[in-house]
Amino acid sequence: MTMLLEARGVTRVLPGPLPVTLVRDINLSVEPGEFIAITGPSGSGKSSLLYLLGLLDVPTSGAILLEGRETSRLSRSELAELRLKKLGFVFQFHFLLPEFSVLENVMIPMKKLAQESEQNMRARAAAILEQLGMTALLNKRPDQLSGGERQRVAIARALANQPLIILADEPTGNLDTKNGRIVFDIFKRLVSENGQTVITVTHEPQLSVLTQRQVRLVDGGIAGADQQV
Amino acid sequence: MALTLSIALTHLRNRKRQTLVSVLGVAMGVGFFIAMAAMMQGFHIYFINKVIDVWPHVTIKDEYRAAPLQPVQRLFGGGVVTLYGLKPRDELRGIKDAESVLDGLNRRNDLAAAPTLRGQVFLRYGSKDVSTTLVGIEPQHERRVSHLERDLVAGRLNDLYSAANGIILGEGVAKKIGAVMNDTLSVISPAGVMLKMKVVGIFRTGITPIDNFESYALLKKAQILQNRPNVVNQIRIRLQDVNQARNVARSIEARLGYRTESWEETYENILGIFVIQNAIIYSTVGAILIVAAFGIFNIISTVIHEKTRDIGILKSIGFEEGDIRRIFLIEGLLVGLVGTLLGWMLGYGLTRLLGTIRFHIEGFVTAQGFLLYYSILHYLIAGGFAVLSATFAAWLPARKAARLNPVDIIRGAA
Repeated sequence: MTMLLEARGVTRVLPGPLPVTLVRDINLSVEPGEFIAITGPSGSGKSSLLYLLGLLDVPTSGAILLEGRETSRLSRSELAELRLKKLGFVFQFHFLLPEFSVLENVMIPMKKLAQESEQNMRARAAAILEQLGMTALLNKRPDQLSGGERQRVAIARALANQPLIILADEPTGNLDTKNGRIVFDIFKRLVSENGQTVITVTHEPQLSVLTQRQVRLVDGGIAGADQQV
Repeated sequence: MALTLSIALTHLRNRKRQTLVSVLGVAMGVGFFIAMAAMMQGFHIYFINKVIDVWPHVTIKDEYRAAPLQPVQRLFGGGVVTLYGLKPRDELRGIKDAESVLDGLNRRNDLAAAPTLRGQVFLRYGSKDVSTTLVGIEPQHERRVSHLERDLVAGRLNDLYSAANGIILGEGVAKKIGAVMNDTLSVISPAGVMLKMKVVGIFRTGITPIDNFESYALLKKAQILQNRPNVVNQIRIRLQDVNQARNVARSIEARLGYRTESWEETYENILGIFVIQNAIIYSTVGAILIVAAFGIFNIISTVIHEKTRDIGILKSIGFEEGDIRRIFLIEGLLVGLVGTLLGWMLGYGLTRLLGTIRFHIEGFVTAQGFLLYYSILHYLIAGGFAVLSATFAAWLPARKAARLNPVDIIRGAA
């Protein structure tokens, strides 16, 4: 069976007079509906691995396969299209566009994809936000929201184009414990109710235990076997 | 694309003051360009129309472009010949066989030709001496080559025939010497002949050198004054198609050998000044627009600097380089377009304002205010240049923004 996402011997080296190896020889397979935490100490290459899996960065050697398709030979605009259609990102910072309302922010990826009517987009964005308990805040600006609310909008935006995989990079890094917990509960619910695949980077053990599978990185390599829950 | 446009608009709306300054910069460049171009070209067109109107289109002169070759030079053209103490033959000046040349020319139906004897004379009236160029003409021919008759402010052209010794003075000449209609002046030529002549007309062309320095008399009288019986030293030609002047002049010169000037050649110096004037105007206004372009460059660079995070997220969402570039290009284009529209209004307003200013100028031509020329072309050139420079000013930072690597931005922010 083809994996949803697969890394085969992925190595990423930052070139320069003193080359830095971010990740080395990563082999990883992701099946549909998995909830995976990438853990490890600071500087172990967690985020770098996530960017590679999310097609934001290109490996120096090795291959990333999305739905069995090799991605290393794709052009930048083909990668952008894949990200638009198949992947959703949540970062440590919410990165919402400050001038646009909550609803408009969620609609931006839909508008970029431009496959449905404005009305449909509006309805769907509102539905996604409703699922995340944000109905009251649709027309607020990001700077009128709390940190936890902003991050939930960012998750809604990641869900906009019904992605195959949500990739989250320390999504709770700027949140207090309670809000961090809410974010992880949302992920968990998406996985269990919608069959959504989620890969998240975190260094907080009390959150990573909520996932089904943990990949621990040390010095750019996977340490030991995956811990399946 | 609607999405890129709405993002671009949002950026501009959030920097109202900077946007306004950039827009105004463009508007001023465009506006000044239009007003200045209207002024300059208005003057040029007025001047050229005047010249074409007043001056003969082609003038055949009784001189040659090059000094005649000596026989020895003709024989040993390729060799080195040096002649010392050369004394050229004293030839009788004048167009030879002018009568038949004129007949030949007047048989053509695309032009009219008139014989002239031009020469310097002194006018003496009371205690005043004024030097003037006396142009001997034949009114029945003159009518067809110049608008002298129309330019008369007093008297009639035919009075040259009816008065015994009639003279028509330029308005400036009359003023200088203090003579009015029907006054009798003494006219003295370098040949030593003196005639008493009666002022039968005064003309005003609007071209100062003509009004201040020329007078007209019958060809016969001029020949008597200059002591050059039957001599014609210029044949003046008026064409049906002014644009043919160069060609006609060239072909006549090739046939007759006499120096034959088109009006463009006669006024080459002044037309040359126009070219320089244009260059100055265009570079001044170009500089204004370049300064405006720097404003645009500045605002878009600032926006891009501020919006680096947005660029990062948009790219990670799946916006392509082209999309990002387009956002900022649209911003520059909008500033350019809005600035152009405002500039058009400003330019039109300024031109109208200039048109209301009344004053008397008497330089090379006489006029009662700015001579303005409205041309859609000025608006298009100014607008085109403004939009182009705005787009270019936006393109440089936009390209940089498009190349930003989302990973760097996200890492840098985290």
